[in-house]
Amino acid sequence: MSMSEHLLSWILFTPLLAMAVVLVVPAGQKNLIRIVANIGALVSFLVSLGLVARFDNHAPGFQFVERATWIPALGANYSLGVDGISYLLVMLTTLLTLLSVLASWSSIVDRPKAYYAMLLLLETGILGVFLSLDFFLFYVFWEAVLIPMYFLIAIWGGERRLYAAMKFFLYTMAGSVVMLIGILVLYFAHASQTGVRTFDIVQLMQTHLTPAAERTVFWLLFLGFAVKVPMFPFHTWLPDAHTEAPTAGSVMLAGALLKMGSYGFLRFSLPLLPSASIDAGIVQILAHLSIIGILYGALVSLMQKDWKKLVAYSSVSHMGFVTLGIFSLNTKGLGGAVLQQINHGISTGLLFLLVGIIYERRHTREISQFGGIANRMPNYATVFAIAMLSSAGLPLLNGFVGEFTILQGAFEANPWWAAFAVPGIVLGAAYLLWLYQRTMLGEITNSKNEQLTDLNLREWAVVLPLVATAFWIGLYPKPFVDTFEKPVAQIVERLHSTHAEARR
Amino acid sequence: MITYSATDHFILLPALLLGMFGIAVLLLDFLFPKDIKGRGWLVGIAISGLVFAGWQLWEQHRYLAEHGMTPLTGFNGALVLDNFAIFFNGIVLVSAALVMLISYRYLENEHEHHAEYYALVLFATFGAFFIITGVDMVTIFIGLETMAVSFYVLVGFLRGDKRSNEAAMKYLLLGGFSTGLLIYGFSIFYGLTGSTTLIALASVVPARGPHDPLLYLGIVTTLAGLLFKIGAAPFHMWAPDTYEGAPTTVTAFLAVASKTASFALLLRVLAVGLSGARPQWEPLLTGAAVLSLTIGNLAAITQSNVKRMLAYSSIAHAGYLLLGVVAGNDTGLIGVAIYLLTYAFMTIGAFLVLVALRRKGAAVETIDDLAALSRRYPSYALLMLVFLLSLAGIPPTAGFIGKYYIFLALVESGKYGLAILGALYVAVSLYYYFRLVRSMFFVESTEAQVLAPSNGVRLALAITGMATVAMGVLPEPFIRMAAASLGR
Repeated sequence: MSMSEHLLSWILFTPLLAMAVVLVVPAGQKNLIRIVANIGALVSFLVSLGLVARFDNHAPGFQFVERATWIPALGANYSLGVDGISYLLVMLTTLLTLLSVLASWSSIVDRPKAYYAMLLLLETGILGVFLSLDFFLFYVFWEAVLIPMYFLIAIWGGERRLYAAMKFFLYTMAGSVVMLIGILVLYFAHASQTGVRTFDIVQLMQTHLTPAAERTVFWLLFLGFAVKVPMFPFHTWLPDAHTEAPTAGSVMLAGALLKMGSYGFLRFSLPLLPSASIDAGIVQILAHLSIIGILYGALVSLMQKDWKKLVAYSSVSHMGFVTLGIFSLNTKGLGGAVLQQINHGISTGLLFLLVGIIYERRHTREISQFGGIANRMPNYATVFAIAMLSSAGLPLLNGFVGEFTILQGAFEANPWWAAFAVPGIVLGAAYLLWLYQRTMLGEITNSKNEQLTDLNLREWAVVLPLVATAFWIGLYPKPFVDTFEKPVAQIVERLHSTHAEARR
Repeated sequence: MITYSATDHFILLPALLLGMFGIAVLLLDFLFPKDIKGRGWLVGIAISGLVFAGWQLWEQHRYLAEHGMTPLTGFNGALVLDNFAIFFNGIVLVSAALVMLISYRYLENEHEHHAEYYALVLFATFGAFFIITGVDMVTIFIGLETMAVSFYVLVGFLRGDKRSNEAAMKYLLLGGFSTGLLIYGFSIFYGLTGSTTLIALASVVPARGPHDPLLYLGIVTTLAGLLFKIGAAPFHMWAPDTYEGAPTTVTAFLAVASKTASFALLLRVLAVGLSGARPQWEPLLTGAAVLSLTIGNLAAITQSNVKRMLAYSSIAHAGYLLLGVVAGNDTGLIGVAIYLLTYAFMTIGAFLVLVALRRKGAAVETIDDLAALSRRYPSYALLMLVFLLSLAGIPPTAGFIGKYYIFLALVESGKYGLAILGALYVAVSLYYYFRLVRSMFFVESTEAQVLAPSNGVRLALAITGMATVAMGVLPEPFIRMAAASLGR
């Protein structure tokens, strides 16, 4: 099996191989386990770079497609492929896993073997979700992600870890199983039209459901995706899970796992169910939920006393922008959403990593315990400023490009949406700057902060790639935008033609 | 005139072997001096009985495959040999063999190691054969009683244990009552048809029309008896006490073999005898399914005893299985078959872990007894996790394929509401299954379990564990087997 022929399989299973290697290392050899895990994550990332080298921005449809029969009795196949929408998410996942693994070097003392095994298993699960071209395979990975995440939170999490892990598990599970029913409805609709029972996404896109059936499927799938994103009012699991998870868990949750939901909308809801997606009622509801999420997430962030919880709630707000962009249903909105998914992964991932660095030193996340950190940790404060400004959407950094494009798209769709979303950006700047002021600036008020040491070499290595990417996207987003221009245009085109058909 | 043809013999052979080996175990135990230590060989004889029976089942399957899958009938139409019978008999045989493997050490530990145990397991399997293979109501009834009586004794096998005795008594009384209901239903059917075969019943049903009160009474009483046997609500009351009190090995066998055989019977009665009366029984079955899901899943949440919790979860599983019948299409029936196949391995697997562990010299019973298992015996904790995930129906484990088929069938027949309800109960069930996970992985404990695995336990764990994963990752051959059992 040559790597060039089966590139996606290699990307998908390298973390699993790395996990197997980690598992054979004796449990007592903690440093050896760490080294093996880091090498495994690095190799996984390097393998995924093969995609960067060979991805063709102009190729139509899916690339590097692999197909093998798996369960013919169900019409389920092992089929993988990437297009511009999943490409960046795959890269984001492999990068964030690498950094998460590196970031855990000194913070994870208890059972490191199981810990790294779970992280690598999680990577395979998330990659599987983004790479599957078969709905059944997609669902298997979608569910399989839950188990390592559950253990990451429940074993290595904070004080209320068991509660948070269970809540996360049950919420997302309830959404997923309803989504499964939606998938099955679609499957039978396709079978009754063509006589072929298949979960192949490309084939399912040819199905024309009645508008009523499309709406049913849309809402069933919606529950699965909306819980993952999470959209207001399905977000209540998020603050607990993000706050209690270990640093790497939070980074993977916010950076990669939430994207599974928005990816679901982009990959399935819009292309497979175009007439439900342009249904005025549905679009109104989703846009309003997104706007409520943007404002609510920002307002609640303002009130947080816990550093990590603040970042967690900010995710609700930022993911609101992503879904608002998606349901603007135009090129700007969708493009902005795809890019903002990546931006959120970078900026929130960076913020969680930075919170983790300070937590490792001080073992508290209470904002009032800090103040004047910049005096002792100037480099840390600088990186934190960049992360914060990137998250707040300041020009020259990545967040600006994404949010601005989304707002343009929202304005095109409905000026009021943009008008109500803009305060979200203002509030975002407010809670982040206030957080910065309270933690970094001023004199050191708490004597415990006197002994803080600045970033060490490993921590620099963890944060630098993300800082660099933040500047890269902020200053020169074109290489990124180019990758998803074509698939986004295809989705918009499909929505337009559905619209035109409905008019006739 | 009574005849015994070669065909009759061919059909009967697996059961004959089971019965003969059962009697052989009893006789040999009687003939040789009582020496507790030296009676491992009795297990060997009992298992070879199962192996020979299994081999005959395989021969039967080969014969059918060579003759275009045409079913054979024997004993003047009282028994039918088809793939359906072979498939379900196979599940019962495999579960009996797994239970045999794990019983020796368990019974020794409980100081109740007697040859009768193995004979009774063989007799229960013998009874199950007639339930599964029979299409004549009298034959079915005798099989049902043979199995039930064996189980009454097995449940109370720990003579010194009050709870075991209580469980046996409850099971006997309620079981007797349900058998009465079932035979009452059968007698009405006999009154309607003048014959005891299910095929005769099928020909009478259309003529009686949809509103015939007598037919309806027969259906209601028969269903009540059957629902008791499969442990579905509202006739589930015996299950928690019986599961809890019975020796754990017997609980595993009861949960799998009795449910499988009874479900095969339910399918035969409904699909062969009463397929024309679907409008009458479908609402009843739907109600029982929803009730089972609700009671099973909700009551399981509050249990602290693992066996009791698994009892309630088995009630919920009966609910899912009934939904497969309610769906009313081929997919649903295949779903029931594949579900029962996966259920056998994951259920026995879960009970196996309990059998293997002891705490303070006694068998592990409560959820707290499993505390910190992952620290001392990570591989056992991991296996238990796999079984629990499978019981909940999380991919990629066997249990997912079973549940998936049930949902598939419901969606196919347009019963979206039931599909969503069943799907949401998966999330509920996760809550109580993960109480065990929580105890095993996250609760610290000073007094640890002691592992007492015999080679039999290790072998059985390997088989159930591998089957549970394999059926989830590569389900194709198993789906084909299940589909073939229904002639699809």
